[in-house]
Amino acid sequence: MSYTAIRALVRTDIRLYLTDRRALIVGIVIPILIAAFFGYVFGGNGSAAELGRIPIAVDDEDQSNVSRAIVADLVKDPMLEVQALERAPATQLVRSGKVQAAAVVPKGFGDAAVRALFRSVDKPRVELLVDPSQTGTGRIVEGLFTQYGMQEITKEAFGGATGRAALAQGLDWVNRVSSVDQPDRAELKALLEAARNLSLRQTAAGSSAAPSLQRGLSIPYVLATTKVTSAQDVPYNGYAHSFAGMTVQFILFAGIDAGVLLLLTRDRGIWQRLRAAPLQKWQFLLARTFATTLISLFQFTVIYAVALTVFNVRISGSLAGLVALAVMFCVLNATFGLMLASVGRSAGATRGIAMMVTLLLVMIGGAWVPSFVFPKWLQQASLAAPTRWAVDGLDAVTWRGLGFEAALTPIIVLALSAAVCLAIAIWRFRWED
Amino acid sequence: MLSVSHLQKRYGDRVAVADASFEIPGGRTVGLLGPNGAGKTTTLAMISGLTAPDSGTVSFQGQSIQQDGRALRLRVGLVPQDLALYDELSAAANLELFGGLYGLTGQTLNGRINDALQLVGLADRRRDRVRSFSGGMKRRLNIAGALLHDPDLVLLDEPTVGVDPQSRNAIFENLEELKRRGKTLLYTTHYMEEAERLCDRIVIMDHGRVIADDTVTGLYNRLPASRAALLTLAGPPLTPAQLARVAAVAGISAAVVTEGGIRIDTDDFGAPLGRVCELLGAAGLRITAVSSGTTSLEEVFIALTGRALRDDPAPVPP
Repeated sequence: MSYTAIRALVRTDIRLYLTDRRALIVGIVIPILIAAFFGYVFGGNGSAAELGRIPIAVDDEDQSNVSRAIVADLVKDPMLEVQALERAPATQLVRSGKVQAAAVVPKGFGDAAVRALFRSVDKPRVELLVDPSQTGTGRIVEGLFTQYGMQEITKEAFGGATGRAALAQGLDWVNRVSSVDQPDRAELKALLEAARNLSLRQTAAGSSAAPSLQRGLSIPYVLATTKVTSAQDVPYNGYAHSFAGMTVQFILFAGIDAGVLLLLTRDRGIWQRLRAAPLQKWQFLLARTFATTLISLFQFTVIYAVALTVFNVRISGSLAGLVALAVMFCVLNATFGLMLASVGRSAGATRGIAMMVTLLLVMIGGAWVPSFVFPKWLQQASLAAPTRWAVDGLDAVTWRGLGFEAALTPIIVLALSAAVCLAIAIWRFRWED
Repeated sequence: MLSVSHLQKRYGDRVAVADASFEIPGGRTVGLLGPNGAGKTTTLAMISGLTAPDSGTVSFQGQSIQQDGRALRLRVGLVPQDLALYDELSAAANLELFGGLYGLTGQTLNGRINDALQLVGLADRRRDRVRSFSGGMKRRLNIAGALLHDPDLVLLDEPTVGVDPQSRNAIFENLEELKRRGKTLLYTTHYMEEAERLCDRIVIMDHGRVIADDTVTGLYNRLPASRAALLTLAGPPLTPAQLARVAAVAGISAAVVTEGGIRIDTDDFGAPLGRVCELLGAAGLRITAVSSGTTSLEEVFIALTGRALRDDPAPVPP
């Protein structure tokens, strides 16, 4: 009898879900669309074509060989999209957010910079105007400008007319000043003369000069960045995280719907018929938990099937971990819905409050953007949200390629959260009138 | 036998049922009548186990709802006033749920569903969604949902509310069939003609108390006469003295002036009516039309419960 009644209730709930097209669209199609969007924005499936360029402006007031060469290097850089503008319109574009930074190269920059290479005085001042909302952009542009600046300035210093003039001025200065000790003066003079001779030979050789010197000094090492994913040569797939986040979010929405539907049922004749039957409270709660868990698992399975087949998401870690996480999160979702139905009074108010709480949970849980971008205190606080554990666990067993042990703590946290929700539901659920 | 003894239920300060006692012998049909807020639905809820009484007892064939609630529920079918159906599902899917709640499975369940749908005339709509049903069909399916576990006692809370005459007649036939099968029926309704047609006995409640519990004939006997004649008159208005003379005629229970005439209550339309005609003719009044009939249950109901409107909502459980 118990089993038959529970089975009848579960079967009915599943039938109701499958006949509700709105629930199918909201619970499956919309999370896939949003996950696809977020996944694309956060790197897609790893192809370089999906990276966006940083828009910047450059005002070259100097128009020297050095400054023109630096601007040309910036234009060629694949990370940047450079516009040549004067200071005023460039500033306006930064203010309006249309470009993220603007560099103003002052008149006399080329000469002053080459001179300052040999004598650390009268350094020219390059202004970098940045959009404060783009915190990383200023550092990127600063780094690139420094790289290309050093390259072009040293090139000019050791092969250009400005460089030779600067070297001559330097030699003259060494001969004249008395503050330099005699041994140091001799060494310094020899260094500057060697540099001048090198410059003269480079100029005489023209295009047949050594290529390395033609390019000026460059960074004397190569920084090799490796993205640590599940395996070597497996690129990071931004969809893996976004699908984890959106699956968590929209399954929770389905849990809210289940809870609200139960509240609405209380006002219908069907509730009287359920209560007139030889059905006990625990049977009813168990049936609802089981039905909502199965419906949530169906949602989870369909969404992840699309993620795997269309968006190339891979379960690079523990499959058992993924299954256990999915089951436990769906159980949590079912008990969450029951808890709402137990503590809620009216359907409208319960839905509103539950939506707000759920959105907060999924936001701080890292369902929208990964939690590592949060401030430190928020990262700590988000550990109290079961959604954080669910998303981190799904990340671990998919793109991070970690084993079951990485999913174990999230599974335990989800199980404990489900137990708390169920306890509240049993405590507060009004079976009798 | 269903035995209801001194049931009481209060919601906060409001008394829903003050004292309800009655009995229904097995296989009989009893109508539970009363104005809005009289306590009918609350009484039905306590009998079906939906609501626990503050005091009093309910037992059916020796089993108490308080002590043997689970066993008793297996023998009781409830037809709620609000439709207890999922519109999104088919008729069969709805009945599968209700049968499953009572432990029915497989061929047994399927057979019971066929029988119930046959009884209410919906066998050919088994696979159709309830949303496509008319109001009357939904009401019939609502009844079918209470019959799957073959209950001995069927509680029906206004099962014909809001349906057209054809559907109502079909529901009457369904209930008459249940009577023939020996079911005990307790039936609440506002429609007196339904109670008259179906019920062996009528219980009338008002202000949470049982104020009458009798057969239909017994209730009629509570009125001064079983028949009435309405005479339409032409001529001068009837004077109080003339009215008094009419009322004093032997065999006349009451005489009242109506708009355009006079109504007389009597058990016999023979000699007393002839004497009244003579008196009216002597007074210069001419009878232009005569209509007659038996008194109705509605008149009994009004006589017992009064004509005051009962707009108070039923008490709501907290």
